[in-house]
Amino acid sequence: MTERGTTTYREAIREAIREALLRDDRVFLMGEDVGVYGGCFAVSLGLLEEFGPGRVRDTPLSEAGFVGAGIGAALGGMRPIVEIMTVNFSLLALDQIMNNAATLLHMSGGQFNVPLVIRMTTGAGRQLAAQHSHSLEGWYAHIPGLKILAPATLEDARGMLAPALDDPDPVLIFEHGGLYNMSGVPRPGLVDIATAALRRTGDDITLIAYGGTLHKTLAAADELATRGIKADVVDLRVLRPLDDATIMESIGRTHRAVIVDEGWRSGGLSAEISARIMEQAFYQLDAPVQRVCTAEVPIPYARHLEEAAIPQVIGIVAAAREAVAA
Amino acid sequence: MTVESADFRMPSLGADMESGTVTEWLVKAGDQIRKGDVIAVIDTDKALIEVESFHTGTVESLLVEPGRRVPVGTPLAVITGAGPTTVPSVPPQAPPVTPPRRRERPKPSAKPRETTPAPARAPVASPLVRHLAERRGLDLALVRGTGPGGRVTRADVENAELVSRVTASPLARRLAAELGVDLSGLHGTGHTGAIRAQDVREAAARSGTGRPRAEPEPVVAMPAAGVERPRATQESGLEQRQDAMRRAIARAMAKSKREIPHYYLSTTVDANAMLGWLRARNRDLPVARRLLPAVLLLKATARAAAEVPRLNGFWIDDAFVASDAVHLGVAISLKGGGLIAPALHHAAVRDLDDLMAALKDLAARARTGRLRGSEMTEATITVTNLGDQGVESVQGVIYPPQVALVGFGKILERPWAVDGLLGVRPVVTVTLAADHRATDGYTGGRFLALIERLLNEPETL
Repeated sequence: MTERGTTTYREAIREAIREALLRDDRVFLMGEDVGVYGGCFAVSLGLLEEFGPGRVRDTPLSEAGFVGAGIGAALGGMRPIVEIMTVNFSLLALDQIMNNAATLLHMSGGQFNVPLVIRMTTGAGRQLAAQHSHSLEGWYAHIPGLKILAPATLEDARGMLAPALDDPDPVLIFEHGGLYNMSGVPRPGLVDIATAALRRTGDDITLIAYGGTLHKTLAAADELATRGIKADVVDLRVLRPLDDATIMESIGRTHRAVIVDEGWRSGGLSAEISARIMEQAFYQLDAPVQRVCTAEVPIPYARHLEEAAIPQVIGIVAAAREAVAA
Repeated sequence: MTVESADFRMPSLGADMESGTVTEWLVKAGDQIRKGDVIAVIDTDKALIEVESFHTGTVESLLVEPGRRVPVGTPLAVITGAGPTTVPSVPPQAPPVTPPRRRERPKPSAKPRETTPAPARAPVASPLVRHLAERRGLDLALVRGTGPGGRVTRADVENAELVSRVTASPLARRLAAELGVDLSGLHGTGHTGAIRAQDVREAAARSGTGRPRAEPEPVVAMPAAGVERPRATQESGLEQRQDAMRRAIARAMAKSKREIPHYYLSTTVDANAMLGWLRARNRDLPVARRLLPAVLLLKATARAAAEVPRLNGFWIDDAFVASDAVHLGVAISLKGGGLIAPALHHAAVRDLDDLMAALKDLAARARTGRLRGSEMTEATITVTNLGDQGVESVQGVIYPPQVALVGFGKILERPWAVDGLLGVRPVVTVTLAADHRATDGYTGGRFLALIERLLNEPETL
């Protein structure tokens, strides 16, 4: 017997899309298998039946083509939601995303906004091997002109789409594949797409995470608490632009930080955050900033190797304990 | 043998210098030093200058700790056993007229014979190791050698540095500064033995210097996102240095214009012979060894100054003091702004290759702020070459207490009458700003004519 109001991350996103389709007739969903099949991760199940093929559109296997079409539709006044199956495949559309969606406003001297939302799955942990499991959101967070969201909670899964569609510029939403089955009762409340959130408070150390690593990080904070180490857990939520103020406020109290990122360490988002901490809070630091990232290998297929490659609770706890020298 | 002692005083490293800061001692009490050894680094506002000792002997004590700013003439160290090599300490504003040329090291037998009280271990080390140690401000005598025969190795120097540096977190360092806690005595409890904030607070509580632990820690303004942070103090340090240099130049130039009755002469010289000779000479040389026209201009000036000694020296106490040697000051503009004119020693008697190498070295060191004291004080006449900037001529301001400044403009092609015919020739305008107290126009004219003659006979340079 499930609790009343219980939903999953998958259902929360579906409900958000449904609401958007109902609220604004300029909104439509487009992507590979989003219609008849109901979405590769079953996010859009039932929407074709409810809204018809004009607003829930199956596309050929051509990421550059349908992302480009989405950009064109956005320029033409529509509010498209384009789904890309995984972030690995989005590289086929990187030219459209970077050279068109992200740049047209600037290149047109401010004349053309591109009000496009692109959703895609990211992350490892499901034995889908190296071509379906990478975490490249940090690459997209490098690109000016884009807003990058990483919903990690039911509330954000349900609430981030509407402000993303309201944004006049391109917004990319990264849904971690390991979260779709997460269930619970979402708390009501407004959701923004501008700030990081403090998911737990404690004054000994700041743990910074987002997306798929948030829940491992919260679990690590639980375990640290049993050892008397109280952790702040910052959920970044928005990877670009980063909410520096929330991060620095936390470090101003804790003086130590661990960054958890399922992306690779070298040149990644964790490196950027670490650099900002050094730039903005150097004199608050009482220990070197620690990073827990994915091993620098293509994500392995074998379960034990995949688990060993990506951040896990035990590694986060160890890094935090090293930072507090406990 | 009586033990004489002498003070090592804050030297005047230029007419505009009123005070200086010892930034680093390269010797310590008990060290044997020889005349010419570099013993301290002094910050003159214009540059960091490595200063040589005028004495041979033993450093008895250092009187001024690094970082303190003291007026010129203040005793900085006492050197005992200062024997006959003692040069009387130089009064401010009066650089030695005949300074020691290259460092002449006395033969070992010339060392003071009295035995030093403690058998000071003379550390055996390679030049590389000595260089490393000097650069890092490490005293080799304190480093335990692990090489054959107790030799100090490179690794020893590097490890010694690691050991000597306190490892502390940025927060701990900040707190220590705020609470007045000396980090060097603290035991770190951090992961790799680093001193952490907690260690500092506990030390402060123990010594009673800090505030009670119950009080909240000092509030430090956190930057708001997107708000530009104040730049680090380093930058304001650089600005301060540039401001200080500006003030130093202002003092010297104002003094010059206030006290020196300048007269100005100029002549335009056909540079055809000089450039032709230079082209022929450079043709067979690798790029690194080619000569620049500037070197010929410098050499000709130095030779002319040697032949017209009344322009080569100093005006001190209402009298001219000629210099035996020509130490040619070369005006070098610095990247961050400002100007410095260190000396090329004995420029009149060095060959062109030597002078070229010396010029490169001097410019490089001037720009990295590592000049020698002798280079700062001993210029006897200065050359400024603004030709690079495209100007045709320079009417310079004399750097006191010198009595002449020679300026070169850009080498330009101009219509030129030669042997009754008009041709296009490269020409360069040479100017002289001279102190009318020391010389008259006649002398200055002779000097410029000599430069012209020498530039027309480049093979004799």
